[in-house]
Amino acid sequence: MLSRTAAQLYWMSRYLERAENLARMLDVSYSLSLLPQSRGAAAEIGAPLVITGSWQAFHQKHAGLTADRLVDFMVLDLDNPSSIVSCLRCARENAHAVRGKITAEMWENINATWLEAQALPRSDLADAGACFDWVKERSHLFRGATYGTLQRNDAYWFIRLGTFIERADNTARILDVKAHLIGPGVAESAPDYYAWSALLRSLSAFEAYHEAYRDTLSARRVAELLILRRDIPRSLRACCDEILQILPQIESGEGAADRGRPVKRMAASLAASLQYGAIDEILVEGLHRYLSHFLGEVSRLADSIHHAYLEAA
Amino acid sequence: MHALALPDARHYDEMLLASGAVRPHYQGFAGWLQAQSPEALARKRREADLLFRRVGITFAVYGDEAGAERLIPFDLVPRVIPAADWQRLEAGLRQRVMALNRFLADIYHEQAIVRAGVVPAEQVLTNSQYQPAMRGLTLPHGIYAHITGVDVVRASDGEFYVLEDNLRVPSGVSYMLENRKMMMRLFPELFARYAVAPVAHYPNLLLTTLRHATTVENPTVVVLTPGQYNSAYFEHAFLAQQMGVELVEGQDLFVKNDYVYLRTTAGPVRVDAIYRRIDDAFLDPLAFRADSMLGVPGLLSVYRKGHVALANAIGTGVADDKSIYPYVPEMIRFYLDEAPILANVPTWQCRKPVELDHVLQHLPELVVKEVHGAGGYGMLIGPAASQAELADFRARLRANPGNYIAQPTLSLSSCPTFVESGIAPRHIDLRPFVLTGKEICMVAGGLTRVALKAGSLVVNSSQGGGTKDTWVLEENGSSTPGDKSFLPV
Repeated sequence: MLSRTAAQLYWMSRYLERAENLARMLDVSYSLSLLPQSRGAAAEIGAPLVITGSWQAFHQKHAGLTADRLVDFMVLDLDNPSSIVSCLRCARENAHAVRGKITAEMWENINATWLEAQALPRSDLADAGACFDWVKERSHLFRGATYGTLQRNDAYWFIRLGTFIERADNTARILDVKAHLIGPGVAESAPDYYAWSALLRSLSAFEAYHEAYRDTLSARRVAELLILRRDIPRSLRACCDEILQILPQIESGEGAADRGRPVKRMAASLAASLQYGAIDEILVEGLHRYLSHFLGEVSRLADSIHHAYLEAA
Repeated sequence: MHALALPDARHYDEMLLASGAVRPHYQGFAGWLQAQSPEALARKRREADLLFRRVGITFAVYGDEAGAERLIPFDLVPRVIPAADWQRLEAGLRQRVMALNRFLADIYHEQAIVRAGVVPAEQVLTNSQYQPAMRGLTLPHGIYAHITGVDVVRASDGEFYVLEDNLRVPSGVSYMLENRKMMMRLFPELFARYAVAPVAHYPNLLLTTLRHATTVENPTVVVLTPGQYNSAYFEHAFLAQQMGVELVEGQDLFVKNDYVYLRTTAGPVRVDAIYRRIDDAFLDPLAFRADSMLGVPGLLSVYRKGHVALANAIGTGVADDKSIYPYVPEMIRFYLDEAPILANVPTWQCRKPVELDHVLQHLPELVVKEVHGAGGYGMLIGPAASQAELADFRARLRANPGNYIAQPTLSLSSCPTFVESGIAPRHIDLRPFVLTGKEICMVAGGLTRVALKAGSLVVNSSQGGGTKDTWVLEENGSSTPGDKSFLPV
């Protein structure tokens, strides 16, 4: 496959995954900010700005942080490169460039998503929840069209690779925002229940938590679920396992001539550290520190993917 | 149900006679059309619009804001061509394209046609489209124009005339294919009733043609596009996908040790044939325009060594140049020793003082075109021009007569078309696509373009034209049960 094509497929799916996770993140912040007992609603609605590194850009444009301004900035603002519509535009532009490599169903789906995104109602907070659901639904549809129609060739594998690199990064960032609520000496309080349940719901893991633990919510178990459980599709472990499965599918030569060797080595090491990790060790190290380290590893893995496959000379 | 507006008696209408009676080959369709409710048709039009936008069949408009995409308006009334008309057209097109390929091989080798005095030497050798780099280069199977789009119009006398030949990078074939797909989706019942010649195998024929452009066995073929902001990018991607070959940009190719390679995720892969949708000038910054970011440095040297094939060849533009166009009937006689089947439009060559005088005197009646122009840009339509525009063109003609040709304002044929007020006649042309490989082949049909403004003769999509599906009816042999080409409704 052409290196440029592979890069465009990979980024198409990263941007789409990013849009979906932004919707998940905004959904949780937004719903928490509505709770009367929420400690510091401003901190809650500010979280997406911190996670996406757009705190400054927001405050340059807006006088103060309110829920409707946040939604406007993070969902609809095309001038904000981190907004959902910006991500959808990038996804669609990449798809446009490789439309010959994806199926008609996939292209029509992502093109329609972009067309509909431009028509999303502005500043209509009553519809914010419906809007987040819409983003998730469009992402599910595209993934379904991909899964159901695309030939299992390199195009498919680069799309999957993009999905899981982005998801590993995003889940870690979403979890990191709540890292201060957990650790030795941090007492668990009632409002934390809402924070953790909202977090689980945003990652579609609320039911899975109860299925897995059959117990009340605890921060320690939430962290374990989202970092180490292989059966939770958005957990760090699941993402790294997927990446490890995907890499050998990509044609890149054999043995010592395999261009993908450094990538595979790095992915295997990352997957092993999760497979043989334990939540108590992680909490002793400090959740924030652990997640920062993990984000660095994912970023190095992404760089090495670029080097091996996407920028080939 | 639908009042079909009567065509203007001064031009030929594809469906209606001047009396308002329906021509025999349109009777089935006209009957069907009358039976449709306006609401149902309006719904189908909206559905077509939605589908085209969903599929993303759009084109970029130059000079519009960056990346703007528009839909080419699609009209639901097909242009129907009877079998006998098509047979004559097809024979004429084959003959013409064969002669044009012979001409190209000749002018880059012996130049017999110049020595025989049929085409003046200066018209060929000083032509900006003549590529000295092609002199003496022998191409596989001697083919220069693998893909040709010939613009044909039907004049008021009912005859077909060739308006121009396109031997560089003719576009539009994807619309021919998508329009048919749309019509079959919207109105399957029509195809059950009419025996319309299929066109969907065009990509297959194209791939066969491209594979024949090289002598390499089992060649690697690619489509080279200027990129996604090119107006015809949709078509480039569409054809690559339909043929199952890579769609590449200049940056995806590189030259090493006298061969062209693709950059892939598994390392370099050698390329044998390139269906290039980039003009000559941008192909190789080392040989042509140095500022081109679209091409591949070193491509020409590989091409000259015969290590890669280009379709079309470099330097084909000299044969479709408007200053060479008047000589095509002579070429047919010269190379094939046959009488031309399709007529040229009478053309005045402004470089000749006598003809320039005539043009200047009759400017309000004529169409004036730049000899190297394309896409409907930079032309004057005399009858529609203001005094200021006429004066401006007079000055331009006097300043640089060699840059222009003039033709009578042809009354292009019309075809009923959906417009705001209902269904009214609008002018159309036809671009069939002719492929030259082991043999000359074409699918029965082409792209019908329609000028959507009343009375307008400009059909180019860049100037607001639309398209129609083109139906070539299959031979109506005998009235056997299997024959359905003229079944009454």
